[in-house]
Amino acid sequence: MTSIDTGLGHPRTDVEPTRVAPVGTSSTATRILGVVTLALTVVGLAYSLIISPPDANQSNAARLLYIHVPSAIVAYVAFGVTALASIMVLWRKTEVWDLIAGASAEIGIIFTSLCLATGMLWGRPIWGVYWTWDARLTTTALLLVLFVGYVALRRALAGTANRAKWCAIAGIIAAIDVPIVHQSTNWWVTLHQGQTVRLLGESEIGGTMLFSLLLMMVAGMCGYVWLLIVRFRVGYLAERVDESAFDEAIAQRRAEAAEQKQASTQRPATAPEVVTTSASTEVD
Amino acid sequence: MLADAWVIAAKDLRIEWRSRVAFNQLAPFALVVLVLFAFALDSQQTVLAEATPGLLWITILLALVLCVQRTFVTEGAPGLADQLRLSGLDPAGIFLGKALGVFVQLVALEILTVAGAAILYSTHFGSIGLLVCAALVASVGLAAAGTLYGALLLGVRGRETLLPLLLLPVVAPVLIGATSAFQAALGTGDVTFDQAWRWVGLLAAFAVAYLLAGIFAFGPLLEDT
Amino acid sequence: MRRVVHLRDAVCVLGRFPALAGATLDVDAGEIVLLQGPNGAGKSTLLRLCAGLLPLQSGEAEVLGRDLAGDARSVRRRVALLGHGVGLYEELTVADNVAFWAAAAKAGTGEIDAAMTRVGLAGRLADVEVARLSAGQRRRAALAVLLTRHAELWLLDEPHAGLDAQGRDLVDHLVATAAEAGVTVVIASHDLDRATALADRVATIDGGVVAQLSDGGRARRDEAELTSAG
Repeated sequence: MTSIDTGLGHPRTDVEPTRVAPVGTSSTATRILGVVTLALTVVGLAYSLIISPPDANQSNAARLLYIHVPSAIVAYVAFGVTALASIMVLWRKTEVWDLIAGASAEIGIIFTSLCLATGMLWGRPIWGVYWTWDARLTTTALLLVLFVGYVALRRALAGTANRAKWCAIAGIIAAIDVPIVHQSTNWWVTLHQGQTVRLLGESEIGGTMLFSLLLMMVAGMCGYVWLLIVRFRVGYLAERVDESAFDEAIAQRRAEAAEQKQASTQRPATAPEVVTTSASTEVD
Repeated sequence: MLADAWVIAAKDLRIEWRSRVAFNQLAPFALVVLVLFAFALDSQQTVLAEATPGLLWITILLALVLCVQRTFVTEGAPGLADQLRLSGLDPAGIFLGKALGVFVQLVALEILTVAGAAILYSTHFGSIGLLVCAALVASVGLAAAGTLYGALLLGVRGRETLLPLLLLPVVAPVLIGATSAFQAALGTGDVTFDQAWRWVGLLAAFAVAYLLAGIFAFGPLLEDT
Repeated sequence: MRRVVHLRDAVCVLGRFPALAGATLDVDAGEIVLLQGPNGAGKSTLLRLCAGLLPLQSGEAEVLGRDLAGDARSVRRRVALLGHGVGLYEELTVADNVAFWAAAAKAGTGEIDAAMTRVGLAGRLADVEVARLSAGQRRRAALAVLLTRHAELWLLDEPHAGLDAQGRDLVDHLVATAAEAGVTVVIASHDLDRATALADRVATIDGGVVAQLSDGGRARRDEAELTSAG
């Protein structure tokens, strides 16, 4: 590991500090993005909940799918970003990627939970049950657990020097698992229950319904990106705070030595023998 | 790398031989879990017989968590981590060695647990070949993933509770695959032999993936302050 | 004389704490250097840095010709560290432990008996589990492991602690013999009388820096020998 001389004496030894410059969590770009996201969400919800027609077979319950499907997509995107960022942490070793991985995982938990919750609310009127073991749902449930485990690990390792590297490794090993889980739950379901249930059954989706869905997907992605940037900045600022505390720590440490010297010269009778009887003294 | 793995595995097995923790504690634990399942599921033989594959593998998974914790507790004695890094042993070799140690203990536990289930749940054995093959391949994957996560959590606060939380979801595919294969081998459920061998293929893919992950990740993992 | 350890303004961080805040020290081959100082001063950290176990935050550090900033791992096999924790498997016997560590370090197995004899653990004690040994006996076992490594640099962290007079004599004897054979030894110890007499130089560590350097007993003895012979 190359020694990192940033001039600031950065305490982390596994990643280099990033040079990104935000001093707060908002900037013009994110304000615009935030407003756009909000607008898209409001319009999207209007379309989903009011303007688009109720589904022929599932009536109003289908409206939940306008939230369920986009949040599922965002959840998997968030997972992909975490996995990718984890690889980048190990490859490039910069702080940016570690912060992105952590931020994306936390946001992923939100969207995965939203996806599962809306899925369950939808399932009750349509299938009669809150839960069913189809491949998609099962994989998504497992995804949630993997996310939670990853974030739990980050919390447990908070403040340690090698957190970025260890979390990156954990993120990658969890990521290896997802395709295996998907394939196995797929086989498992087709083995026991037949094909995965098509969400909209017999209906075709088109026109206003398709538009609402796409609108919500765009809103979801904008929301994800906005949350990611803000969370990233919070993480970045937290790192900077820790860093400035480090310089103080060095100064304090050196002051210890000065204090000790003071204290020992003021105690002539009890001073350790070595100090007073050494043959020659060179101050380094 | 392989020579180093052998040194580590021999050491781990010798520790187990002298302390007999797996023998005295894990084996009875596995049997207790089998009995508890019988209490929970109504001792009518039909229910237990049908559920045997699943119950067996859940028991093995729980034993895996304990086995992994045990193998890393022995590495926790003061000064050991430093000496391991100073020894010049190849980290990938250390990983394979520890995984091999866990694998051997796991297989021993499986033999015992299957025997226990045979008696307690009156199982009927169809294809022994499939049974043995599936168990061995699944165990490789479990040992690899377990060793990897056990090492990841060395020195982490609260690792006793973090290990099951991180490890068990990840080995869920092994549970599905091994259970399905056992269903075919024991004649319960409706898994055909063709399907069962495909599951064994999936188990093999899992094992390979996690062996490779361990080989590459163990080096960085050992480097902590 | 070959320079075995070279530190200049070395900063070493544990978590977020600067355990070494700019240490400067040079040690030549065959020297015995004592590190003394209050608890928490950074002695153990300095030893572990030299062993290649801790990353260098800033400054220069070179041990046995290898730059610790670039490649700390290559130095590990060439040093021997006797740390606070003895580094032995509790469940195994002394003989098992020495054999394992010798195999791990790829040292010859012929050395094992010789090492155990030198520390006085051959015979009945060799087959006792480490968990059942006293602290002093464990330290001897750790020394046996250290001997099998045939390292060029010994880093001993409080080797005298917890040993009776006989044990301490053993440590001194091993250190002196090794130094005669050209091994460089850096010792951190609180047993100042004994350790100062043993050492060529004494470095006082405080607040993470090397505050003071002075001569030790061995250097003065050598001087006296030279002046009386010449």
